[in-house]
Amino acid sequence: MADIVLDKVSKSFPDGTVAVQDVDLEIADGEFVILVGPSGCGKSTTLNMIAGLEDISSGELRIAGQRVNDKAPRDRDIAMVFQSYALYPNMTVRENMAFPLRLAKLDKETINRKVDEAAKVLELTSLLDRKPANLSGGQRQRVAMGRAIVRQPKAFLMDEPLSNLDAKLRVQMRTVVSRLQKQLGTTTVYVTHDQTEAMTLGDRVVIMRGGAVQQVGPPQELYDHPRNLFVAGFIGSPSMNFLHAAVQDGGLHTALGEVPLGDRVRRELESADAPRELILGIRPEHFEDAELVDDDTRRRGMEFEAPVDIVESMGSDKYVYFTVEGEKASAAELEELAADAGAADFAGAGGNLVTRLSAESTVAEGQTRRVWFNLEKIHLFDPGTGRNLTLHEGRAAGALAD
Amino acid sequence: MAVETTTRAKLRWGLLDVLVVVFALIPVLWIASLSFKTPATLTDGNFIPREWTLDNYKTIFDTDQFVRALINSIGIALIATLIAVVLGAMAAYAISRLDFPGKKLLVGVSLLIAMFPQVSLVSPLFEIERQLKIFDTWPGLILPYITFALPLAIYTLSAFFKQIPWDLEKAAKMDGATQGQAFRRVIAPLAAPGLFTTAILVFIFCWNDFLFAITLTSTERARTVPVALSFFTGESQFEDPTGAICAAAVVITVPIILFVLFFQRRIVSGLTSGAVKG
Repeated sequence: MADIVLDKVSKSFPDGTVAVQDVDLEIADGEFVILVGPSGCGKSTTLNMIAGLEDISSGELRIAGQRVNDKAPRDRDIAMVFQSYALYPNMTVRENMAFPLRLAKLDKETINRKVDEAAKVLELTSLLDRKPANLSGGQRQRVAMGRAIVRQPKAFLMDEPLSNLDAKLRVQMRTVVSRLQKQLGTTTVYVTHDQTEAMTLGDRVVIMRGGAVQQVGPPQELYDHPRNLFVAGFIGSPSMNFLHAAVQDGGLHTALGEVPLGDRVRRELESADAPRELILGIRPEHFEDAELVDDDTRRRGMEFEAPVDIVESMGSDKYVYFTVEGEKASAAELEELAADAGAADFAGAGGNLVTRLSAESTVAEGQTRRVWFNLEKIHLFDPGTGRNLTLHEGRAAGALAD
Repeated sequence: MAVETTTRAKLRWGLLDVLVVVFALIPVLWIASLSFKTPATLTDGNFIPREWTLDNYKTIFDTDQFVRALINSIGIALIATLIAVVLGAMAAYAISRLDFPGKKLLVGVSLLIAMFPQVSLVSPLFEIERQLKIFDTWPGLILPYITFALPLAIYTLSAFFKQIPWDLEKAAKMDGATQGQAFRRVIAPLAAPGLFTTAILVFIFCWNDFLFAITLTSTERARTVPVALSFFTGESQFEDPTGAICAAAVVITVPIILFVLFFQRRIVSGLTSGAVKG
């Protein structure tokens, strides 16, 4: 067990591409840290550098206080679980799990005892004599985990370990991973591109984009107080709605009407280099059917009317899609998120508004409906830099803050 | 209707297959049949010998010439195969895994060697080997065999190595293996079918070679079976050695068949299944 410190770690390739840039990260002993971001953001490269499978171009990597930049993977005493599982197909489950112990030249008795223990934890005991080819996806995944935990390394590295499982099994294994990590208390670095996994698993989440760290923090903090447009758009499902907003006479002109501004945001917009156009972000759950809002709550927000496009009833609540007129919000970050989502038209960036209304709402497709939204939960972003203007000392305070 | 067409198609293909097999095997069986005939019935044109005899086999094993050549052949082919497969495996591994300057050049040059007409190299090799005093020795044949077998070995093996998921090697390294251990304990066992396939191909190439064997040897010291066969004469110049030659031909096909059968059992597909999802 050990802490892992990345001190301005960078990775550049001979052809000049920079995969990872000046990553500063301190992972405490026993902590579960998630690296998350769209494909190509440098998260896997970062993990491989911690593992020792890739050289560090500059900066320093310390494990348990010791500089390990130039150490081979086998001298770092860390275990890794691969996305592909990478089980040795010519060995049985037992041999697979015993492999690292045999390389460490432990005696046969100790090896057998440790393998049996790990197999018991992962419920693999009955499968020990099988070959990987005769295992299901979930079982292979557990063997891969078993091979990692069996030698009690200083840290675990996991490279998208669940992405090859089907959706149901993935949810199950997520809790297995989480429980195992708590039980063993081993420092873990976990890479994923799935924001749900990032939100549910980690003590802390590191969001990366283009090789640079965007924000580090506990999942809830990233969700509530995103530092920039990218983090806001990446975390959350369905993702945050983004609307174009023009600054006009101390307020904002948007597709949802004139949004009033508090003193603090207004002051910020008065400076000479302040943007004249902003991007307004609201999460789906901060909307509500206007009929269901009591007067006290109503005062904290504002209302608009829009035609209902689609209603998806989830049982506990309803996802309602509205069509709104007006200019589309555009920024480099939004385009990148759209490309990662595989949609040319990112759900939150178009003329579509995703809202999460309470199940009691009688909203129906084809209607024009009056909808309330919470002004205290609004985020305003600078389209040029992506910075969240509503963030004050790390806390988002909405549009009305004084 | 559909069933009828399939039966007819099956029949047609079956007939074609039988034709090809017969065409390929008749000469072999003919030689085997000749080897069991007595000199008197040798030319009677019967496919199945009227009088069976093992005299021809006795003759060839009685002559020191043939036994010595057989030993030469087996020794030279085995050594050349072993070295070519080991060197080829290392080269192929590097080619399939690493990106090093001059990689394309190396592959190109090895292809060039494979394409080079061997006849044009015979005279220079003869001169070189005489100067180096390895003419008419085992190394004198092993060296050119390795040279010409290596491109083949590298090609076949790199195709096999490329199929092995790279993640396995990374996993081995994370599990505490050195590069060498990762190769020996994880990669090589998985590449075994490739190694055996290559070994068979190289062995057959060495075993069947006539050109190098006849130009680079002059005595029984290193003369291999295909060459020894061509030097077969009867005890007197009036004696016809056909029976003996046929017997020898049968004898030298046996090691190849054994070799292939032995290694074929190890060439099982799907060795890597279960390693990675996909």
